[in-house]
Amino acid sequence: MIVLNTEFVPGKRVVEVKGLVQGNTVRAKHVGRDIAASFKNIFGGELKGYTELLIESRREATQRMIAQAQQLGANAVVNVRFATSSITAGAAELYVYGTAVVVEDEPQPLE
Amino acid sequence: MDEGIINILIVVGIPLGLLAAGLLIGGAVERAHLRHLDRREQELSGILVSDLRWLPAGWEVSAGHLVVGEAVIATDYFKVFVAGIRNLFGGRVRSYETLVDRARREAIVRMLDEASAAGCNVVWSVRIETSTIQGKQQGKSGGIEVMAYGTAMRAV
Repeated sequence: MIVLNTEFVPGKRVVEVKGLVQGNTVRAKHVGRDIAASFKNIFGGELKGYTELLIESRREATQRMIAQAQQLGANAVVNVRFATSSITAGAAELYVYGTAVVVEDEPQPLE
Repeated sequence: MDEGIINILIVVGIPLGLLAAGLLIGGAVERAHLRHLDRREQELSGILVSDLRWLPAGWEVSAGHLVVGEAVIATDYFKVFVAGIRNLFGGRVRSYETLVDRARREAIVRMLDEASAAGCNVVWSVRIETSTIQGKQQGKSGGIEVMAYGTAMRAV
């Protein structure tokens, strides 16, 4: 599965548009991370636990989007966008969406 | 009498101590991070980055793939305090400007790391998504979360 956030696929052309596909995860921080974070809020620095959480939830959401695209019979997802929003103080949502398409190799120009 | 003095010391001393810790340690962490970013950006300067939607005419590129970089950077006690005072008078909040700047640059550097590991020299259609992490205290920011993503390709 080709996943891109451009509207074109290099070297290929879009032959069929299957429609919007999406995936989301709502993540909550666990208590240990929260305690570490409140110390970090005194001294500053990277909140590594939160960064890891963000990476995990991005992968999970992307997997869900790809699964939807596979179900539609697509072989690529283009124009992918990510959005994050906080739901309550303890939880945040990561949302990913894109357009599932079928691509095929560009015909070679005639010599 | 003695108890009164101890109480005043606790009430005044703890916030002052936290402020000093935020100013000194937070400041040192920030300067080290900025130096680190300068160096990494220099190393990755061979990659062309753009937020354009289409490639310039005539470009030959290899198959692309999505590259993503994330960073969550915490506020420190001093920054929050300074921003709180700024809120009374209005104007530029420089302490937060450097914070979002660091988070964005870190996220972009991580995205470029991924592109460079895959041997790509072009990252196109870059988008940056920023949001805040809520702090313990209501209405106060706990940190800045940035996601940078784009399509990495090899241009020939």
